[in-house]
Amino acid sequence: MARSTGSSSERPGNPGAVGPTRAYLDYASFAPVDPRVLAVMRPFLEGGAGNPSATHSLGLEARASLDGARAKIARLLGGTPGGVIFTASATEANNLAVKGFAARASGRHIVTSAAEHVSVLNPCRDLEKRGWRVTYVGVDAEGLVDPDAVGRALTADTALVSVHAANLEIGTIQPILEIGRALRQRHVAFHVDGVGAIGRLPLTVDECGIDLLSLSSNDLYGPPGAGALWVRPETKLAPLILGGGQESGFRAGTENLPAVVGMGVAAELARVERGAEVARLAALRDRLFEGLLTGVPEALVTGARGARRLPHHTSVAIPGVKAEAILMELDLRGIAASSGSACSALTGEPSHVLRAIGCDTMAAEGSLCFTAGRWTTAAEVDAVVDVLPAVVTRLRRLASG
Amino acid sequence: MGETIDVKIDCLGLFCPMPILKTREAMKTLRSGQVLEMTSDDPASEADVRSWSAKTGNELLEVDRDGAVYRFVIRKTR
Repeated sequence: MARSTGSSSERPGNPGAVGPTRAYLDYASFAPVDPRVLAVMRPFLEGGAGNPSATHSLGLEARASLDGARAKIARLLGGTPGGVIFTASATEANNLAVKGFAARASGRHIVTSAAEHVSVLNPCRDLEKRGWRVTYVGVDAEGLVDPDAVGRALTADTALVSVHAANLEIGTIQPILEIGRALRQRHVAFHVDGVGAIGRLPLTVDECGIDLLSLSSNDLYGPPGAGALWVRPETKLAPLILGGGQESGFRAGTENLPAVVGMGVAAELARVERGAEVARLAALRDRLFEGLLTGVPEALVTGARGARRLPHHTSVAIPGVKAEAILMELDLRGIAASSGSACSALTGEPSHVLRAIGCDTMAAEGSLCFTAGRWTTAAEVDAVVDVLPAVVTRLRRLASG
Repeated sequence: MGETIDVKIDCLGLFCPMPILKTREAMKTLRSGQVLEMTSDDPASEADVRSWSAKTGNELLEVDRDGAVYRFVIRKTR
């Protein structure tokens, strides 16, 4: 049975492969649920609680558990518990933040960045179709958004600025504190897609001047199928999903109580264990970078390095080979990784993030992303370093005919 | 102008990556030399179609815009 804490424990289950997985380095797309989270969720699935809106005692207990989860999540981000709106995903939270805010805003202009997740970009494009103006601020070669560029893009008509806290394709951490500062006294709301960053970085809503913050449960080792949007109390918002008035009317539908309770426990664990875990992950990341950059000729780091980079995130571009081919070869050897973008995996196109950082097409096609997590060991990292150089050499030889 | 359209696909209401994905899938059903028409109202689709055509070598014959609706005419070259 899987034990529960720290680097010494086994990864729960064996996700992502038919055969035994030697190395699971795709935590950004799916993380195993922490067994401690699962243990708390279990009675909620087995009938120990009612509907949080019901008036019987099981309902009242459910309501208390729901509010307990809200409080734990609020504590992680330093905000008011009443501001937490539970959703089914961070994607939904991003949609609610952009479109729900726009529905009540007086301005008709949004400032965002060219490297946002599609769950921010596509709602922005939807607003463009409805007559909104959207400025997509560019990023530098490491994927960084310049706070001054955000400031310069503001007009009297700007209602909302939306910038991700960290990029899950290239690992770059954005200067959210500085952007928040640049927005102060401008009467512009600030939305931050916090996936990847919350629980790993000491980001709090008041310090950074954040009005809307999106979160994912699974990103915190909670169950998939849950997310949240934190909203500052005075911020005006319209719901996207209408019905019975749950979540203070901002998101109708009976709450997914087992998942939400799990997300609360996951948030609490992330807050308590962050310090030690971040240092451990950063050491694994640097070990992987060093191995890849010495072992694979011409491999390039995509995104920022060092303190400006997510601790669990390693991404490289390998010119002359296609990511898809490398990932298949790695999979045959029991290694699960990704190309960083579900979008480009579907279309075979270089992702919008790689285009935004000016990564040339040749290198962008060989973009790889390794994301580590709570159960990643040095042995898993070493497996990648052992296997990848030979895979790349072979594929390059095949490509050159 | 005046190209004979062999296959039409409607991507109105869809967002990235769906218009490109559906274009790519539809192209697989065409023979070399045949022409596809795709309509989309995703504001990102013009840049996406131009870069996809350039990369895949398919020939982008026409790009029209009527209000928010784009119309792309692409000839399969391979």
